[in-house]
Amino acid sequence: MNVQDLIAFFFILCGAFFMLMGSIGLLRLPDFYSRTHATGKVDTLGIMLSLLGLAIYEGLTLNSLKLLVVMIFVLAVNPVGTHALAKAAMEYGLRPWFKDDTPPVKQESEGV
Amino acid sequence: MIQPSNSLIVAVVSRTMIPYLQVFALYVIFHGHYGPGGGFQGGAMVAASLILSRMALGGERAEVQFRSAWGSPLGAIGALLFAAVGLVAVFFGGEYLNYAYLPLPLDDPALLRSYGILFIEIGVAIALTGTLVAIFDDLVEGHEDYD
Repeated sequence: MNVQDLIAFFFILCGAFFMLMGSIGLLRLPDFYSRTHATGKVDTLGIMLSLLGLAIYEGLTLNSLKLLVVMIFVLAVNPVGTHALAKAAMEYGLRPWFKDDTPPVKQESEGV
Repeated sequence: MIQPSNSLIVAVVSRTMIPYLQVFALYVIFHGHYGPGGGFQGGAMVAASLILSRMALGGERAEVQFRSAWGSPLGAIGALLFAAVGLVAVFFGGEYLNYAYLPLPLDDPALLRSYGILFIEIGVAIALTGTLVAIFDDLVEGHEDYD
């Protein structure tokens, strides 16, 4: 196991960590907008770090170039998708959750 | 007819990304017999870029690149191209889809098979693109005030 592999594993583990954070945020945050924030931002970072780790693991080949292209694509497109979702919800009239509201997460757990 | 997206960000990023998506889809189609990819995946990417242009830029501007009326005929043409390559091989003395019997001016049977597969991939890609775009256009048809 050389230094290149270690750096690659570090980046892949960082990506997995951010994906885990995004999943926990999706489950735990109270309303649509904050969930969009968690999944959109953190999944972009998680996927990009994982792909960067894979590109480093691969070395300087055509495949790592393709992975870099995919990274640029994810960087450009994933936030735009999140933006489109949130904008559509805002225009539909979905009300954001405020601090003095009853958190929907607790309501669900009490009902169950 | 779908209205264009009222978000400037979505419009600009879609307009920037669609040509690159289509070029990469062509790469996937033509690289299918050397690596991952092929006609099905490349055709799906072309169809996805066309559907993205319909959703983000609106039906009126998307029709410039790909008319709704072309969907079903292209699906049929792609399937016909697939079947025709197979039947040409039968006509020149081989089995159905045996690319080694295709009447191409190439001596190497390996090259013949390679280019024969390329024709099949192009047929699959054309059929898939036309069919997927036709399905999308049929689904949104009638939503005149679709936002």
